[in-house]
Amino acid sequence: MELLLDSLFNGVAIGSVLLVAALGLAIVFGLMGVINLAHGELMMLGAYTTYVTQLIFKLPILKPFYNSYIIVSIFLAFIVSGVVGILLEKTIIRKLYGSPLETLLATWGVSLILQQFVRSVPLAYGTGLIISLLIGLFLPTILPSKIKESINYKYFKFSSWIFAALTGVLTGSLISSSVSKLSRASARNVDVTAPSWMRGQVEIIGTAFPKTRLMIIVITLISVIAITLFLNQSAWGMRIRAVTQNRQMSDCLGISTEKVDIITFGIGSGLAGVAGVAVSLLGSVGPNVGGNYIVGCFMVVVLGGVGNLLGTVLASFGIGIMTDLIGAGRLLSIWPDMPLPLSNTINFFATTSMARVMIFALIVIFLQFKPTGLFPQKGRMVEN
Amino acid sequence: MSLSKIKFDKKIVLSFWIILIALIIAAPTILPVFRLNLLGRYLSLSIVALGVDLIWGYTGLLSLGQGIFFALGGYCAAMYLQITSSSEFPNNIPEFFALYGVEKLPFFWEPFRSPVFTFFAIWIIPALVAGLIGFLVFRNRIKGVYFSILTQASLLVFFNFFNGQQKLINGTNGLKTDVTQLFGQMVGSESMQRIFFWITAILVIAAWFFAKWVVKGRFGNILIGIRDDEPRVRFTGYNPVIFKTIIFSIAGGLAGISGALYTVQSGIVSPQFMTVPFSIEMVIWVAVGGRGTLLGAILGAVFINYAKSLVSEALPASWMFIQGGLFILVVTALPEGVLGWIQGDGPRNLLQRFGLKRKIETYPSLEVNNKEGNNE
Repeated sequence: MELLLDSLFNGVAIGSVLLVAALGLAIVFGLMGVINLAHGELMMLGAYTTYVTQLIFKLPILKPFYNSYIIVSIFLAFIVSGVVGILLEKTIIRKLYGSPLETLLATWGVSLILQQFVRSVPLAYGTGLIISLLIGLFLPTILPSKIKESINYKYFKFSSWIFAALTGVLTGSLISSSVSKLSRASARNVDVTAPSWMRGQVEIIGTAFPKTRLMIIVITLISVIAITLFLNQSAWGMRIRAVTQNRQMSDCLGISTEKVDIITFGIGSGLAGVAGVAVSLLGSVGPNVGGNYIVGCFMVVVLGGVGNLLGTVLASFGIGIMTDLIGAGRLLSIWPDMPLPLSNTINFFATTSMARVMIFALIVIFLQFKPTGLFPQKGRMVEN
Repeated sequence: MSLSKIKFDKKIVLSFWIILIALIIAAPTILPVFRLNLLGRYLSLSIVALGVDLIWGYTGLLSLGQGIFFALGGYCAAMYLQITSSSEFPNNIPEFFALYGVEKLPFFWEPFRSPVFTFFAIWIIPALVAGLIGFLVFRNRIKGVYFSILTQASLLVFFNFFNGQQKLINGTNGLKTDVTQLFGQMVGSESMQRIFFWITAILVIAAWFFAKWVVKGRFGNILIGIRDDEPRVRFTGYNPVIFKTIIFSIAGGLAGISGALYTVQSGIVSPQFMTVPFSIEMVIWVAVGGRGTLLGAILGAVFINYAKSLVSEALPASWMFIQGGLFILVVTALPEGVLGWIQGDGPRNLLQRFGLKRKIETYPSLEVNNKEGNNE
């Protein structure tokens, strides 16, 4: 019993990382039919944001609040990845609407650039760049409408970018002068240390659970609840659902699909950033950190089907629990006296990498019966 | 995609071939060994690019897992070479087995003692694996982005499998071929490398003609039909599954040949051939060269790899930026690739822009229809 509980917990922990990472991917895929190969790199940005936040909170002014840095970094990571995602949508993905394979290749190019960017640009200046992007993209939208309607709005928009660039350079040099670790570019992996209240273990029903894993489960839970509420209760959520179901009809009814695309892509990318915070708690952070999770996320999207969050949730926990059951060889300890050929096979697959092989085989078998995932969208159109 | 091609004079075609053959024969004497070896490798990569062009450019299937078949071909060749030159090692089995305490040859190595079997295995095994994966996926009408993701996942699965099995195929270290013997000669030696270069060059031309033959006629028309409107092909009474499976396994077989040639020239085959970036790179060679042009795939593979080695020698860090930029640029600004641009309306439009050529005037509806045909 205890063993089963242990296994279940491990599975849920693996699954929740997958879930929070795949959530954004699934929403964007459901809406725009776009698979974002740079999703892993957006996660990586989130993880680096955690690292930068941690170092900044070590400065004397912020030292008293050090223990809360992880909470702050969740919001910051959401914003950082979201801004990069919005920029990506505005510059590249919008142009490729209707050709998903081309989008796939373009986002791969973006992921290569982001990886190399983290390697060869000092993190302090990277932060500065993100801040100037943030200001440049959002300052024009929050200006009072009086200015927007005036003739000189063009110049306001232009000068807001100059202002943004200046702020970015200033913050960048400020950070690089005060935190020496961020002032040089390095391709080496960095480590995020959890604050003291998150270290150690909690005992529930006689079994000890590491606190970081519980924290990840909590982050996932909050993200899923927040996104469900947003999609089902808010006006923009309703618009997003409408566009997901029928883009042309929504367009005819006066929904600005362009805005819906930007918002959805921003939220999806932001969720990747939150996933990055979770990932940074599990191991060291490097330019390639996203690549370890991305294929798992794709599998979740394929298995879960499009346009239904429940499918995503079930698929990621299913994959997580199966990974743990197969990879750690737990089936043998749960059922010790199984026939020899079966136990030999299970032993063969009882490593993390071989478990992936097994799970992929299972997914392909599953797709033979349900080709469009757990919860397919209903409709009578010919596919395309 | 525009099918209009520039018609060449017969004399020009003939002289092109004479120059090409002369270059291939002369290359080993002109180029230093290091560059010759690089050129040979890039030429062998162009065979896998031809396969990618067949499935992506003509059939519209974007596979991100061609590395599987490439590596399988490489492993077949390497296993044969290892096993034939293992007579001086203990138990008459390749050297690396002793490291892991394996005394008996794993069963699937046995058939590779025979050169005839290996000769066929190099292209038949990858083709069969591709056919199986393809059939299981196509049967359920999984396509588009789903297909790409599934091929990428299967690539990762194969990578994990080969990477983890030390006792079967030397795991992450891969199989070395440059110190093995073939027909009494060292594979890594200069004279052998020269022969491999010639074999590669001949096979590239052969593969090019083969691919041209495949896309010619009704079979090729159906492939293009599947690319442009698959439901319509199905409603006309064809079964797209069969055609897609056949073309996918052809591409797999080409990838296998390419992998074997690449392996003997680079001296090692390892699970690194099955990493995700390498397989996506293959797509970009075709995209830059021009998809649906075949020749573009060959040129793209050779030139991009050559550029890669030049840039990486000079500025190692910048290649990733250039490559990433290339991906974005080619899909946004040059979707037909360089050769497609030249063969299509590209040069004429450019000349028109500078006012050097008069605009052709047709009915507006014709131009609109043409444009619609271009967006697939």
